Amino acid sequence: MSKVIKLKKGLDIKLNGEAEKVVQTTGKITRCALKPTDFRALTPKLVVKAGDEVKAGDVLFIDKLHPEIKFTTPVSGTIEAINRGERRKLLEVVVKADPEIQYRNFGSTEVNKLNRDEVINRLLDAGLWPMIKQRPYDIVADPQVTPKAIFVSAFDSAPLAPDYDVVLNGEEKNLQTGMDCLRKLCNKNVNLNLSANTPATSVFNKLQQVEINYFSGPHPAGNPGIQINHLNPINKGEQVWVVNIQDVMIIGRLFNDGRYDARKIIPLAGSEVTRPQYYRTLAGASINDMTAGKLKNAVEQRIISGNVLTGTEVKSDGYLGFYDNQITVIPEGDHYQFLGWAAPGFNKFSASKLFPSFLCPKKQYTLDTNYNGERRAFVVSGQYEKVFPMDIYPVYLLKAILAQDIDRMEQLGIYEVAPEDMALCEFVCTSKTPVQQIVSDGIALMMKETN
Amino acid sequence: MNFLRNYLDRQKPKFEKGGKLEKFHSVFTGFESFLFVPNTTTSGGAHIRDAVDLKRTMIIVVLALVPALLFGIYNVGYQHFNAVGGLAETTFFQLFFYGLWKVLPMIVVSYVVGLGIEFAVAQMKGHEINEGFLVSGLLIPMIMPVEAPLWMVALSTAFAVIIGKEIFGGTGMNIWNPALLARAFFFFSYPSMISGDKVWIAGDTADAISQATPLAQMALGQSLSYSNADMFWGFIPGSVGETSMFCILLGAILLLVTNVASWRIMLSVFAGGLLMGWVFEPIVHVAAYQQLLMGGFAFGAVFMATDPVTSSQTNVGKYIYGLLIGAMAVIIRCINPGYPEGMMLAILLMNTFAPLIDWFVVQANIKHRLKRAKAVAN
Repeated sequence: MSKVIKLKKGLDIKLNGEAEKVVQTTGKITRCALKPTDFRALTPKLVVKAGDEVKAGDVLFIDKLHPEIKFTTPVSGTIEAINRGERRKLLEVVVKADPEIQYRNFGSTEVNKLNRDEVINRLLDAGLWPMIKQRPYDIVADPQVTPKAIFVSAFDSAPLAPDYDVVLNGEEKNLQTGMDCLRKLCNKNVNLNLSANTPATSVFNKLQQVEINYFSGPHPAGNPGIQINHLNPINKGEQVWVVNIQDVMIIGRLFNDGRYDARKIIPLAGSEVTRPQYYRTLAGASINDMTAGKLKNAVEQRIISGNVLTGTEVKSDGYLGFYDNQITVIPEGDHYQFLGWAAPGFNKFSASKLFPSFLCPKKQYTLDTNYNGERRAFVVSGQYEKVFPMDIYPVYLLKAILAQDIDRMEQLGIYEVAPEDMALCEFVCTSKTPVQQIVSDGIALMMKETN
Repeated sequence: MNFLRNYLDRQKPKFEKGGKLEKFHSVFTGFESFLFVPNTTTSGGAHIRDAVDLKRTMIIVVLALVPALLFGIYNVGYQHFNAVGGLAETTFFQLFFYGLWKVLPMIVVSYVVGLGIEFAVAQMKGHEINEGFLVSGLLIPMIMPVEAPLWMVALSTAFAVIIGKEIFGGTGMNIWNPALLARAFFFFSYPSMISGDKVWIAGDTADAISQATPLAQMALGQSLSYSNADMFWGFIPGSVGETSMFCILLGAILLLVTNVASWRIMLSVFAGGLLMGWVFEPIVHVAAYQQLLMGGFAFGAVFMATDPVTSSQTNVGKYIYGLLIGAMAVIIRCINPGYPEGMMLAILLMNTFAPLIDWFVVQANIKHRLKRAKAVAN
């Protein structure tokens, strides 16, 4: 076994509604959508119109600034709707699915026989390129650049997150092809990061020609940003790329089967799900198709595409996000709590020791979306540091961002963080500071000022 | 509690923009959020939030202050009857109520003045009312001599809240600990009322009762007339809440168990004081550990130095900050005869330098990052 990196800082939030490790078939997925809002800083240019017929892998929109980056449909069918928001901002391109998915054929090939440009072109054509994200900034990678390394995390430590051993069981061939593809992109420096308690029989241990590292510790140990910081930190001017492990499999299918086959397995989890389990679905699948009849509907609910810390709120007529690999349903929390700050709070969870929850670390909680307080200035110190396992001073970085001080942001490590890496800081914050939004704003400012 | 909730819901529109009582919007939301944690839900960012909020944090500090406060009240009575005689005939409750009669007005004045200003400023700026003063308002009477005139307490409180806090932007933005700033204002404006031998014991008549505190005895080079046990349990004259090491330690335990106060700061303040006490042992003829028992050292270490807003923010910085407070407090006590108590000035001084300490700590992190980049470039 190669080295195990033990992380001590972090926090596992134990929620009710963990998905049972059983994979079920969803009913028919009737609609899929691709949402430009899933991609940070993207200016989309639409290339289809309502009523067009598309095959899986046909382009829906492109990146206006990098026209070679295409975004393609995961399903074949008819463009049913192009939903726009304020100021005609493109929100969703909805495809009504054919009964049987028709794939656009990209031709199957041996990835090892292609050169780097051919690999890149194929990924771009099939619309799989956006699966590759770059750090710094957590945006779609630039195909012109060669990164110093590519990182793939094979475990997700977030609350109720998928167990990729269940999801990718038996997908060794596609995963290996996907990894071979990534090797072509980055001078063969592909890091596969596994949880320290990955079983020896796991599919991930069978993968060849990748650097395997093991991580142990609480969330966010599974975040690639944290792993990069411990293995090969990003310096100014450097780039590393990050790909989700399930997307590696989909990339593998492109080369093995010659098509954009967006089928994936995701957990439907959370305390408001009747039987939390794993389901076969498609990238961008309709939430209604996924959740109908599976929720308790006892109280008002919030459906989240992604996990409770970093996911996006979606309505039942919404769609699974491009990068999301789970759907979480929790109760809404729009209720008042009489003297809630003074009550003992046995059913409340806190990372601080001000609630009894620290006495029973194994207990699982049903947490709702209540803010549990009001926004305040930074008061408590040392709180973020306990859940942020990076060699960065989080509050100083946030203050530099708030002050819009570009130099200071750079010095304090803005290149190394993505909002998701600091999501726990936001969770634990006594002052209810919108940490992820601040980091996002900081990234936007850096991109604007340095280009 | 539905009837209360319904009542608030009915009153709420009056305080909203355009309502009759719009002027009192901050006051209303202040009280409302005191009674009910609001029904706001998350939007954007993490969908679930930790149960903790600033009210919970502050109330723990208030709870931690209670043992020292109760003992302080009792001790006011004890010291009075000890000085005027008749201690043997008075009951516990007589002592306590005598103390309460002296101390309660100070607490009321401090809260009324401080919260009044907070409410007014919050309303003027359209802010929400902050919880910070819940603690400061109790700290202020606890670090005053019992004979402090109420109008001086009021003036000091007003100074601390306005100049110490609100002009910087309120709780979380201030540079100096507001309670200590109130005491410093008092100290430099009315020195005769907060030093010397005549203010530490409550008297009834125009004749003040004169009795030296241990600190004063040390400053004059006298040997201490108080036993270690008295200093530990708190049966000595001094500011209202600061005398009992034992009760302060009870509070410290609560603050440390709940992690509200930084153990790094607390530990290093005591370490700094002990170290410097040891250095000065031959000069002032007071044992190093006695320095920690006397005056406001323990109170300052537990409740003032650990104020998260005005102390160092970085973990490394906290050690340095605490160590310097402890050391500086003893140096001031031992070397400067003008200020028998060094704790207040030591903490205020280090409040001033805390950002500088942090700057060096953060700068080290930045250098480390630059070095890493250079190593790769070469």
